[in-house]
Amino acid sequence: MTADTLGTVEMAALPTSDTQKYEDRAFGFWIYLMSDAIIFALLFATYLVMLGNTARGPTGQQLFSLEHAAAETAVLLLSSATFGFASVAFAQASRPGVIQWLSVTAVLGLGFLLLEYQEFSGMIAKGAGPDRSGFLSAFFALVGTHGLHVSAGIIWILVMIGQVLTKGLTRPVASRVMRLGLFWHFLDIIWIGIFSVVYLPGLV
Amino acid sequence: MDASGLPVERSRRPYLIGLGLAFILTAIPFALVAAGTLPRISTLVIIAITAIVQVLVHLRFFLHIGFHSTPFENLAAMAFAGILIVFMVGGTLWIMFDLHHRMMM
Repeated sequence: MTADTLGTVEMAALPTSDTQKYEDRAFGFWIYLMSDAIIFALLFATYLVMLGNTARGPTGQQLFSLEHAAAETAVLLLSSATFGFASVAFAQASRPGVIQWLSVTAVLGLGFLLLEYQEFSGMIAKGAGPDRSGFLSAFFALVGTHGLHVSAGIIWILVMIGQVLTKGLTRPVASRVMRLGLFWHFLDIIWIGIFSVVYLPGLV
Repeated sequence: MDASGLPVERSRRPYLIGLGLAFILTAIPFALVAAGTLPRISTLVIIAITAIVQVLVHLRFFLHIGFHSTPFENLAAMAFAGILIVFMVGGTLWIMFDLHHRMMM
C-alpha cells in the first residue's frame, strides 16, 4: 500500500505508521460490521420463530403494503449508489462532489426514515404495535433495529459533511468517509434480508 | 474494500452496474408477489434465490469485495461470521421448530 493512492489529494508522503493506522482502523471497523451482521441474523431467526405467534391479532398479510415496501427499498438502494458516487468524488479529490453526493444520500436516508415512520405509526394506530403479539414484537425489534442504524448513519453523514466543509479532503476524513460507506452499504444488504424475509413472504 | 481504508475507486461504473443489477434482482420478486400467479412455494424459492444473488452483487459492486483485492484477514472475518450465522440461525430454527412440533403432539 503506497501513501499516494489518493493522488492529487494532499495526503502524500506520510510515514508508514500512518498507513498502518488507517489499515488497522478499516479492519477494526470490518470486525464490528461482522458482529453487527450476527446481531441482525439472530433478530431474523427470532422473527421466523415468532412468525406464527400472532395471538389472534393481525398477520403480516393484513399489515404489510407491497407498494410501501417497494418505495422503502427503492429509496435505500438509490442511497447506496449515491454514497458510492460520493466515494468516487473523494477519490477524484472533488470537494463539491463529495458534499453534493453525501447530501443527496442523507436526503434519501431521511426519506427512508419518513416512510418507515409512516408505516410504524400507521400500524400502532391500528392497534398493531409491538405489544400486540410475539410476531409484532419480533417485527418491530428487527425492522426497528435497522431503522436505528439508518438514523445513526444519517447523523454520521451530516458530521462527515461538516468535516469535509471545515477540514477538507484530508486523510483522516477520507478514512472516516470510507468506513461510513462500509456501514451504509452494509445497511442496504440487511434491508435485502428484511424485504426478502419479512415483507415479500408475508404478502405471498 | 481494500486494505488502505481510503477511497480509491475513481469510476462510477461499478456502482452503476451494481445499481442496475440490484434493481433487476429487486423488481423480479416484487413483481412476482404483486402478480401472485405462481404457486406459493415457487415464489418463496425465487425470492430466496434473488435475495442471495443480490447480496453477492452488493458485496461485489458496492463493498468491492474480491478474492484478490480484499485482504485475507477481512475475508477470514467474513467467513467466520458466516459460519457463526449458519450455526446460530440454523440451530435456533431447528430447535425451536422441533420443539413447536413436539408441543403440538
